[in-house]
Amino acid sequence: MTALSTPGPAAPHGVTGLAGIGRVFESRLLGYRRTFRSSIFNSFLGPVLFLTAMGVGLGTYVDRAGTDSLGGVSYLAFLAPGLLAATAMQSAAFEATFPIMGGLVWQRVFHAMYATPLRPIDIALGNLAWIAFRLLLIATVFTIVTVLFGAASSPLIVLAIPVAVLTGMAFAGPIGAFSATQRTMEKFNAVFRFGITPLFLFSGTFFPVESLPLFLQPIAWLTPLYHGVALSRGLSLGTAFDDPLVMAIHLLVLVGFIVVGALAMIRTVERKLVRG
Amino acid sequence: MTDHPESADSSLIHARGLTKRYAGFTAVDSIDFDVAPGESFGFLGPNGAGKTSTMRMIACVSPITEGTLRVMGLDPHRDGSRIRAQLGVVPQRDTLDEELTTRENLIIYGRYFGLPRAEAARRADELLEFAQLAERAKDQVEPLSGGMKRRLTIARSLINEPRVLLLDEPTTGLDPQARHLVWDRLYRLKQRGVTLVLTTHYMDEAEQLCDRLVVMDKARIVAEGSPRALIEQYSTREVTELRFPAGVQETLDGQLDGIGERIERLPDRVLVYAQDGDAALAAVHARGLQPETVLVRRSSLEDVFLRLTGRSLIE
Repeated sequence: MTALSTPGPAAPHGVTGLAGIGRVFESRLLGYRRTFRSSIFNSFLGPVLFLTAMGVGLGTYVDRAGTDSLGGVSYLAFLAPGLLAATAMQSAAFEATFPIMGGLVWQRVFHAMYATPLRPIDIALGNLAWIAFRLLLIATVFTIVTVLFGAASSPLIVLAIPVAVLTGMAFAGPIGAFSATQRTMEKFNAVFRFGITPLFLFSGTFFPVESLPLFLQPIAWLTPLYHGVALSRGLSLGTAFDDPLVMAIHLLVLVGFIVVGALAMIRTVERKLVRG
Repeated sequence: MTDHPESADSSLIHARGLTKRYAGFTAVDSIDFDVAPGESFGFLGPNGAGKTSTMRMIACVSPITEGTLRVMGLDPHRDGSRIRAQLGVVPQRDTLDEELTTRENLIIYGRYFGLPRAEAARRADELLEFAQLAERAKDQVEPLSGGMKRRLTIARSLINEPRVLLLDEPTTGLDPQARHLVWDRLYRLKQRGVTLVLTTHYMDEAEQLCDRLVVMDKARIVAEGSPRALIEQYSTREVTELRFPAGVQETLDGQLDGIGERIERLPDRVLVYAQDGDAALAAVHARGLQPETVLVRRSSLEDVFLRLTGRSLIE
């Protein structure tokens, strides 16, 4: 048996600043290495299938009928940036439900972290940082596919990548906060069925919100996806800076959701960890 | 306990009037205890006695409701993160990352404590040896046996070279062989001077590992001392267990009176507490009683618990 008493360097201390967030992020990264290849492949396959079927296939018919209501651009060019934002939302919703429940309830890895100098705030924000990183990968791959399809009109589409990350994060915080209050995954179905899927369909991704019944339009404005889609599309089409004030409002809404969501998630994760 | 002279400075863990209340019930009701450096200290009691709640407060993951608690001289409320940096924790349920290998589990845990990667890896390899898991270093955790996972959890708790190791029911749910292996590893740690604080509802575990223990029942401490001292104080040297044929025990009214120092009736047997168990048995026979089976044994902590609470430890 080896002696364990050899003193190693630097007795560990408490956590301060951002160090704890980095350690939680590193843990998620270590777990991700196993699924990295298939995950990247999937984030390629998704946009390729969608843009082929909806953008090219369906788009041919839409374009033939005239696209004045879409701002005169091809349906593919209209759809791709919207779909980018909507995909970020979907991925964020997934990452903020099952893995959070896994860490707090199933495998309880977050409880193991809490037995170390890491604090609940490190665990909540480290996971959000991880989700942001995942979204960055997904949005980058999506944008490359979009460019390969010739669906981007402006080099500003590069900025649609961080916008997609912000859009996803506007959902990750609030949904993560909710997940941390749950003991079972029972209600996750409802989140997707009555939250994510309707938003995906009706927030301006596939058609302008203006074609919704008048009373539904304000509801669309209240959801972060509407603002993410508008920003993303403006950048991809190169029209974003025609009306900077509107773009600033879109951005502000997303940031607002992110801040409030993150604060809520810190609270609910802490409550769950303390309860045991 | 109040008659203990340790001050907050000399003891590693110091609690006075420590209380934990949840909405509607009191899990820990104003308990006092001190744990000295290098000591093995146990909380013995049945499920629901308040052991785990106490451990979670010491581990700085659950705030205290009332009273005083100092861990290594620090206040868990203010310095939780700093205290946890010097603790090793073995929770009741394993919290291993089952997607990672055993070695990765140890390394990433070291990283949580801020260890450099190379140092975390060096300690991980040592600890895998210690936990007798070196051949499983590259295996995923999920298929490991319960005993192996337990040993891995103990190895993991040592990655930061903690001053105090907190073990919440370290061997519950393990088969006897796996338990003995865990005990052996814990005994080695104890010999190296690691302070162990553990909860258990197993008598043999408490007797094997604890220098000193407190008996908890219904959120309070009902006795404190070394296993030997507790047995001397609350029990006799020996116990004679008598089992009578079905229906006979109920008809024994008063017939055993005066034998031994004390008699305890359990649903399935009668316990006669005596300094000399064989002499007590002879007295039983002399009265013409014919028990079906007889066991003369030394007193254990189980008897102490029975005496203090009137109930068995494991129902």
